[in-house]
Amino acid sequence: MAVLIDKQTRLVVQGLTGREGSFHARQAVEYGTQVVGGVTPGKGGTTHEGVPVFNTVESAVRATGANVSVIFVPPPVAADAVMEAGDAGIGLIVCITEGIPILDMMRALAFLDDRDSRLIGPNSPGLISAGQAKAGIIPGHICREGRVGIVSKSGTLTYEAIHQLTLLGLGQTTCVGIGGDPLIGTTFVDVLRLFEDDEATAAVVLIGEIGGTAEEDAAAFIRDHVRKPIVGFIAGQTAPPGRRMGHAGAIISGGKGTAAEKMAALSEAGVIVVQSPSDIGTAVAVALAHDVV
Amino acid sequence: MNIHEYQGKKLLARHGVATPRGEVVFSAAEVADVARRLGGRVIVKAQIHAGGRGKGGGVKVADDPAAAERIAGEMFGMTLVTAQTGTGGRVVSRVLVEEALDIASELYLGLLIDRALRRPLMMASAAGGMEIEQVAAETPELIHKVQINPGIGLASFQARRLADAVGLTGPPARQAAALMERVYTAFRSVDASLIEVNPLVVTAAGDVLALDAKVTLDDNTLFRHPELSELRDLAEEEELEIEASKYALNYIRLDGTIGCMVNGAGLAMATMDIIKLAGGEPANFLDVGGGADTEQIRNAFRILLSDTKVRAVLINIFGGILRCDVLAEGVIGAVTELGVGVPIVIRMEGTNVDEGKRMLRESGLNFTTADSMGEAARQVVQLAAR
Repeated sequence: MAVLIDKQTRLVVQGLTGREGSFHARQAVEYGTQVVGGVTPGKGGTTHEGVPVFNTVESAVRATGANVSVIFVPPPVAADAVMEAGDAGIGLIVCITEGIPILDMMRALAFLDDRDSRLIGPNSPGLISAGQAKAGIIPGHICREGRVGIVSKSGTLTYEAIHQLTLLGLGQTTCVGIGGDPLIGTTFVDVLRLFEDDEATAAVVLIGEIGGTAEEDAAAFIRDHVRKPIVGFIAGQTAPPGRRMGHAGAIISGGKGTAAEKMAALSEAGVIVVQSPSDIGTAVAVALAHDVV
Repeated sequence: MNIHEYQGKKLLARHGVATPRGEVVFSAAEVADVARRLGGRVIVKAQIHAGGRGKGGGVKVADDPAAAERIAGEMFGMTLVTAQTGTGGRVVSRVLVEEALDIASELYLGLLIDRALRRPLMMASAAGGMEIEQVAAETPELIHKVQINPGIGLASFQARRLADAVGLTGPPARQAAALMERVYTAFRSVDASLIEVNPLVVTAAGDVLALDAKVTLDDNTLFRHPELSELRDLAEEEELEIEASKYALNYIRLDGTIGCMVNGAGLAMATMDIIKLAGGEPANFLDVGGGADTEQIRNAFRILLSDTKVRAVLINIFGGILRCDVLAEGVIGAVTELGVGVPIVIRMEGTNVDEGKRMLRESGLNFTTADSMGEAARQVVQLAAR
């Protein structure tokens, strides 16, 4: 089992004919994902990467029964692509695009409020359910099937965590990158709730970073609602205040959003917080009382 | 993107927000004339991208044009250190000269996007002129907030309610409410991510004006506001950071001795953290991005090594899209070309890692390779300490 995507997922790629879209659609197919179509306005009726291309998400859904969309379109048009997917009834929208104007994203999120779509991202590496399906850019070959769920604001740091787990013989259920932007669709709390309810997930890795209060919200939720062991890491313990550390959302401003505050909140909620990113895997192994290989 | 106070005020004024009469000057010689035009008694304000200027000596009253010129003369070229500049401070090269107003009260007005609510939030307080973070921490009840529906915008009643909450009544209340609506319009039209007016003042005559303006623009929207890109002041940025931005590299200079090159912002921060845990200090944050090519790697290396404090370099790459062989090629090229004199520790993992490691080994260059982040950090800290 897994959360959010699995073997039944029918994936449509918005921006399929672009460089990124093509590359990652191919990777998704190789991983075993059912990629049923792509959307590029003006290229409807053609075929690309072996799948049909449509002008609109609505027509793609009608023709293919797509239920998950992954977005690889440029920042100026990405918020519109999110709304289009929501309007077409896509249940899970995964937005990889980085650099979307924040006011555009705000309007897209307000648009989705009235609909049953869940958005992951933007500025996210997407997600992967080990051995089943992937929507996004997380490399499939580093994953293996197992019992650990991962939820993270970061891309490559997520790969690092997956890699450590896999080396220790600990596989994953689903790894979800929620994105490093200040405004995102799916939060830590949303994904923690899914993992807590997922029978296949025995432990969770939570990777946060400086900025905002999403980790503090996660801590409050964990304290009251999560029984499964959680290992946490917060990136940016040494980041100077007032400087944006790469991600649009990763900034300590007005003395708020520091790693120290987040680590303390998570510890108090019972999370096993590791100081060093290289200790994530072993901490999970200990939490699961798993024999380290 | 941060802009100067005088630029922020111009943007606000363009949307009908009342601001004091004033002019920006680039040399002290212009100041006396400007002061005379403004009525003699003026405020001289150093223009740097940081708050807390008053306490640092960057805001002064001049009683007459001669005094204004003298004060400005002292400000130009001075290194202004405030709570927000860091210890290095900022050199003053622009000064705003404004009419001195007869101020009856100082308020605070702020507009930002609340991450948790996913809505714009307008905040007002009667405790103006003070550091709002301090007010928020000590007397949060003095900050009044309204959530704005992005589809509807700031409703007139919300603005009236904020004006009332900060104790205004009569004509000043009406003026303040109108000003708030204009601030919201400006926020939308320039794609700001923050507008702070601290203080918003009521004059003895009952007029409401923005006495200060901090406007932060959303970098991601400059494609649709080419005219706003011109407000960027390169003098406010680190030279190496400007250089890095030309190659789509995200570089932030720090104070330590260990240069880092990493792909991905989260992993780059984590790499800084692990260096610190191993007893070292990172010299920079450098994210080469997910799809860096050999050319970018070369430039990244060059920029990183231009920092003369760097005693050793740690390269930490988790190749997903960025292949390890591409990284190795870029690093070997850069080291050969630049003749690097400091030790380099490389930790890489992911796509084509074996090929990448083979290339490094066979290059004949002196690299130290590590299999994990922890090991890499310990090695680089040792090498930097030599």
